[in-house]
Amino acid sequence: MAFLRLSGLTVAAALAGGTAWAGCDLAGGDIRILGNDFAAINAVVDGARACEGDGVSFSANLTTEHRDIQVAALTPNPAEYTSAIVANSSIVPLINAGLIRPLDDLVAEHGAGLNRNQLITIDGQVMAIAFMANAQHLFYRSDILEQAGVAVPTTYEEVLAAAEAIRAAGIMEHPYAMNTKVGWNLAEEFINMYLGMGGSFFEPGTANPAINNDAGVAALEMLAALNAYANPDFLTFDSNATAALWESGQLALATMWGSRAAPILDDEGSTAEITGATMLAGAPTVGGGTTPASTLWWDGFTIAANISDEDAEATFVAFMHGLSADNVAANNDLAVWLAPGYTPGATAGGVFATANAGAAPYPMLPYMGLMHTALGDNLSEFLQGQESAAQALADVEAAYVTAARAQGFVE
Amino acid sequence: MPHRTFLWFILPSLLAMILFIALPIGSVLVQSMHVEHEQVLIETETCGPFGCTPSVSVDQNATRALREAQPLGRFNGLRTYTDRNHLATAEVAQAWSETDSLTGFAGRLMNLPFYKALAFTLAYTFVVTPLVIVLGMAIALGVNGLPQLMKGTTIFVSLLPMIVTPLVGSLILFWMIDADGVIGATLQRLTGDPNLSLKASPVLTWITLFVYGIWHSAPFAFIVFYAGLQTVPAETLEAAQIDGASRWQRLRYVVIPHMAPLVVFVVLIQLMDNFRVFEPIVGFSAAANATSLSYFIYSDLRGDVAQFGSAAATSMLTILGVAILLTPVLIRTWRDFNRKRV
Repeated sequence: MAFLRLSGLTVAAALAGGTAWAGCDLAGGDIRILGNDFAAINAVVDGARACEGDGVSFSANLTTEHRDIQVAALTPNPAEYTSAIVANSSIVPLINAGLIRPLDDLVAEHGAGLNRNQLITIDGQVMAIAFMANAQHLFYRSDILEQAGVAVPTTYEEVLAAAEAIRAAGIMEHPYAMNTKVGWNLAEEFINMYLGMGGSFFEPGTANPAINNDAGVAALEMLAALNAYANPDFLTFDSNATAALWESGQLALATMWGSRAAPILDDEGSTAEITGATMLAGAPTVGGGTTPASTLWWDGFTIAANISDEDAEATFVAFMHGLSADNVAANNDLAVWLAPGYTPGATAGGVFATANAGAAPYPMLPYMGLMHTALGDNLSEFLQGQESAAQALADVEAAYVTAARAQGFVE
Repeated sequence: MPHRTFLWFILPSLLAMILFIALPIGSVLVQSMHVEHEQVLIETETCGPFGCTPSVSVDQNATRALREAQPLGRFNGLRTYTDRNHLATAEVAQAWSETDSLTGFAGRLMNLPFYKALAFTLAYTFVVTPLVIVLGMAIALGVNGLPQLMKGTTIFVSLLPMIVTPLVGSLILFWMIDADGVIGATLQRLTGDPNLSLKASPVLTWITLFVYGIWHSAPFAFIVFYAGLQTVPAETLEAAQIDGASRWQRLRYVVIPHMAPLVVFVVLIQLMDNFRVFEPIVGFSAAANATSLSYFIYSDLRGDVAQFGSAAATSMLTILGVAILLTPVLIRTWRDFNRKRV
């Protein structure tokens, strides 16, 4: 509920602060942005580019490989980029290494138009400004569910039943898909399912792993059961692959990212019959749990520590331009915006439903990245039927402990 | 050449080799023997769009002090090499003592990431290398026998797989073997099995990667052998012909002995290249079924936390592996060299 209420506030704040950023009013400074490459981020960065000129230089490197270079790029003094656009997982290594600066002063001076819930604070200090939310949720084809005579699933058990009904009716042999490419994607699906089962990843208060338990086995078995209804190539499916399958009409049910809704529902790459029947629903619950088996994500910007205060201010002000209510409104359907100016549209329904049902945010722990990597490397053998679920989880824990020891998190 | 002149002669390239090869390898070796400092963690509260949650973060000041005292990290000796994600000495010893059959032991070994990757890497090296040599030689002999007019075009077309960037080449094949792709769909039709997937089964993935490796490397062997064929002495061939040698005998007793040094050269290069197999695993999204040592290095350095120590240790083990593989070939070459000198 909190999430939806805040989006109401969003509109009010937009009306109040819509014209606050008519000009950049910067004396000078360098703005150099590193970030991921997708439509919503492109829109923000294009908006920020308006501050270029009059002694202000502007450059942006938007690449899907941004996570692999951000630590190295922000380490030298002066840093290669004045800002890194991050998500709640990729901000962690920057905080671990102390490479981004607290933004409290800049927020006080220039952040009047921001919503309170955009401020990412760690121990009371603002470390990032979030501008959009994302989550994986259920996509379904209303026409095919109707044809198979099943209701819209709200639990993964119902997803299994619906997939079976579709298969039994001879409509599709492989009606379901999720992003299960070995590595980061597969690990993310396990994390979602495991949190949905009520599991936690670490022994309380330590970095020691605690996933080899009943919830872990149940989560893995659910992944295997679901993927029995997926194409046998499922271990190669990333977000691009599942979206393409959906647009070609080969799927009736899929768990995909909310940020994929806009490109799927637009009039490119698919037919009107498919997009017309594509519906978005919140992420299902699993195993009798009450919270959706999904994690909530935000994308936001940070400001590098190793740069001059002038560059930091210029970068912050430029982002405020990129996130102006006008710019957000002009790009309304590209994302679930957290910034003022956003009116939730048709593409946001799945993310809102998932957030309002109380899904957990992706854990921002310093050692979560190591767990994510260990999960990505060790679950495929179970899904191919080569080892037991307990063995797969034991392998994950062993691989994680080895890596965490080398990184200094466990003894 | 007097030793002194020789030294001056190779000094520039020696300097370049020290600067660009020896020093980086030395730095990787040092890095592989260090691990990160113990992280000083503090309890924090993280707030964001989805509410506040208790969390943990790294204590910056304490960590900075540790880092300044020991910039390289904690000295760890060879323990990164022996940990579970590399040679896994403790796990291997345990598996050896707990299993009573070789297959049981092999099964336990294949559950360890390093040995699983090593198995694929070695299989790839020893399947692809000989087939590349044989195929390259066959293409070279074939092209050499063509009329002059057709040679240029044929050589260009034969070289295409090598000209195509490895990642692009593997991606194109990856799409072709998709269940909806031209090769994948044809295979499903031919075998009558709608669930046949070249990407899902480990065996078929391995075969796909082998085929790709041969397709990609054969042109290299071909062009080297083709150049070699131009230097086969015509008089010897004619003499053999007059002596009544058949086409096969001329190939076996004249051409192949003449080409032997080139074969050794191609074997050396191919062993090195194939042991470092990497691009096709990424291009084919094959990590579920096949990983290699190079893929591990890549995987360690990607993601939110870059594991430099682990990647450095795998790099050193790869160099060691290449050295072991090349030793027999190098010893042979050294003996030949000495024999000729006498």
